[in-house]
Amino acid sequence: MSEHAIDRSKMKVSDEVAIQISGMNKWYGTFHVLRDINMTVQRGERIVICGPSGSGKSTLIRCINRLEEHQQGQIVVDGTELTNDLKNIDKVRSEVGMVFQHFNLFPHLTILENCTLAPIWVRKVPKKEAEETAMHFLRKVKIPEQANKYPGQLSGGQQQRVAIARSLCMKPRIMLFDEPTSALDPEMIKEVLDTMIELAEEGMTMLCVTHEMGFAQAVANRVIFMDQGQIVEQNAPKEFFNNPQSERTKLFLSQILGH
Amino acid sequence: MADTSFVRDQMLPPQAPPVSEAGVVKWLRENLFSGWFNTFLTLLGVLVIYWLLAASLPWWLNSVWTAESLSQCRDIVAATAGEGATGACWAMIRERWHQFIFGFYPPDAYWRPVTAFGLLFAAMAPVLFAGNRRSLTAILGAVGLFLLVTLGLTGAPVAAWVLGLGLVAGLAAVAQVQPAKLLWFTAVFPALCFWLLWGGSVWTPVVAMLGFVVMGGVYLALVGRSGPTTAALAGVFLALLWWLFVDVPVTRTVDGVLPLGLAPVASDQFGGFLLAITIGVTAITFSLPIGILLALGRQSDMLIVKTLCVGFIEFIRGVPLITLLFTASLLLQYFLPPNTNFDIILRVIILVTLFAAAYLAEVIRGGLAALPRGQYEAADALGLDYWRAQRLIILPQALKISIPAIVSTFIGLFKDTTLVAFVGLMDPLKGVTQIVRADINWKGIYWEPYIFVGAIFFVICFGMSRYSMYLERKLKTDHR
Repeated sequence: MSEHAIDRSKMKVSDEVAIQISGMNKWYGTFHVLRDINMTVQRGERIVICGPSGSGKSTLIRCINRLEEHQQGQIVVDGTELTNDLKNIDKVRSEVGMVFQHFNLFPHLTILENCTLAPIWVRKVPKKEAEETAMHFLRKVKIPEQANKYPGQLSGGQQQRVAIARSLCMKPRIMLFDEPTSALDPEMIKEVLDTMIELAEEGMTMLCVTHEMGFAQAVANRVIFMDQGQIVEQNAPKEFFNNPQSERTKLFLSQILGH
Repeated sequence: MADTSFVRDQMLPPQAPPVSEAGVVKWLRENLFSGWFNTFLTLLGVLVIYWLLAASLPWWLNSVWTAESLSQCRDIVAATAGEGATGACWAMIRERWHQFIFGFYPPDAYWRPVTAFGLLFAAMAPVLFAGNRRSLTAILGAVGLFLLVTLGLTGAPVAAWVLGLGLVAGLAAVAQVQPAKLLWFTAVFPALCFWLLWGGSVWTPVVAMLGFVVMGGVYLALVGRSGPTTAALAGVFLALLWWLFVDVPVTRTVDGVLPLGLAPVASDQFGGFLLAITIGVTAITFSLPIGILLALGRQSDMLIVKTLCVGFIEFIRGVPLITLLFTASLLLQYFLPPNTNFDIILRVIILVTLFAAAYLAEVIRGGLAALPRGQYEAADALGLDYWRAQRLIILPQALKISIPAIVSTFIGLFKDTTLVAFVGLMDPLKGVTQIVRADINWKGIYWEPYIFVGAIFFVICFGMSRYSMYLERKLKTDHR
């Protein structure tokens, strides 16, 4: 984890609701992946979602920006309900940043172009201004010198930091992380986590699917444990790790922390 | 127990390799004589090359360039190389080259296709070498030189010199300031080319192009209010109305007031490479966008769009091109109102375009399928809508992957233009050659016309292939 002490001064949870999910169900064909999900995310919350593979945690956060469609229940993001209305979907997507396991940078564009593309074409920001913003965020993730290279020339950790910067360039109000460190070498995990911690320190609302329990303990204010498409347990990290209630949670924790 | 510890106290300097591992000896051994079987193959190869040269070299070396007829050619060969020697009779090309190039196009108007051909490169350059000022200037310079020489050779009128060279000079000037603006010339070129080749009133292409202005204007006026799809449909609809009902009267009126034009040339006077290049370039230009739309349509979630695209692609790919060409030349007339004269070249171009578009659609679909799903998801997650995601993220990558196959399709299409011989058009390979061989002077000539036509086809197709390799190198950004 980060060497410097984590600055919690700006990590404030407000009463304002950022995401409201109620009675949400999702099926892949006949397979019931998400079952009766109810959750409220307040602005400024940092939530870590964990669970065994196939438990539906990635699907859950992909529903929040409609990369996956839910069939039942309600998802309201920043006051906009996700339905088949394409305008609402695009509105939500431009407010919600997403970081993927495999980075998904655009390999035919330079780092700078990756970061300016969406602001220019979706937000209609003038090119010059978009480039300044992009350089600002690239400095923040500590790779401004790579701006004119292509993604293929960067290491995995650098690519993931670019992916974070690319999302931030849209000035999102919520950030979703879908196993951002799972495809990285151990040495590179830290540089990405440091970037995420910095983001948390600035008060960003974050939902993060990850197995980095150190990260969860350091910055999360809530940990959600999922299994078989359901939320099994959620609690503040201290309680969650030291005093798990459900047998399933205890088993999971003993397996990932046991060695 | 053996002592296994070891410490090096002196590092070894690098040494030159043994003779058998370097230079010519190594190359020969590795590539030509690496074992008895390969040695045998090498010797066999040398022998085959020797036989080929021994058989054909005299024919090439005894070439005759000036003669009146094939029999005179043979006499000259016999006189210079001895009785029984063979020799090529290129004198036929010398006498008939203009038919291979222009068909029966009126000779006093040769400057028109020549100018169009030169300007074709000026129009392609901004697309092929986007924004690359040095390449653009070099190509425009070459076009200028080409026009200087060819306009002189074809005895063009003064107006042609002014038009051609003035245009190239103007374009070169624009290229220095705003190279991207040259695309406007590319957009106008089809109309200009049509007018140069077929002649007639200058207002015909101008008023026809105004249809596109109507389309664009309507789109821009509506896109803010009713979204891109509705605006595009309304634009296309109004443009169609323009072409069907407004075009002809407006052209007549303007032409009555201000008659300007070139002597008209009928389609059956076209032939040779003029015909092949006209069909080939037009079909290549239009088949790519249609192919892209078909490929996207085939991947669409919308059932009707998808079914139509799949049906079209599978139908066209399931039918031989010659069938389609016969349809173009014979059947299509039955479906049109009586006495409509729908130009045969235009009909052939339309069907060749659709034919190539179906193949391109499948090639591009391969490129689309090769992209990881993450690219679509990342584009979606950033809030890009469908058309922007396609244009900015998906297609640039999918087309890049498909470049070799796309260019193969283009090369195939260009060579397939010779099939128009079957519908009575005078393609360079069969049409013109037949006419030449029907001449009593050249009856019995066999290899020379095919070698000549083949060489020109080779140069053009090889050029396309080299360009595609340049493009692949230029677009290679993945550093894998």
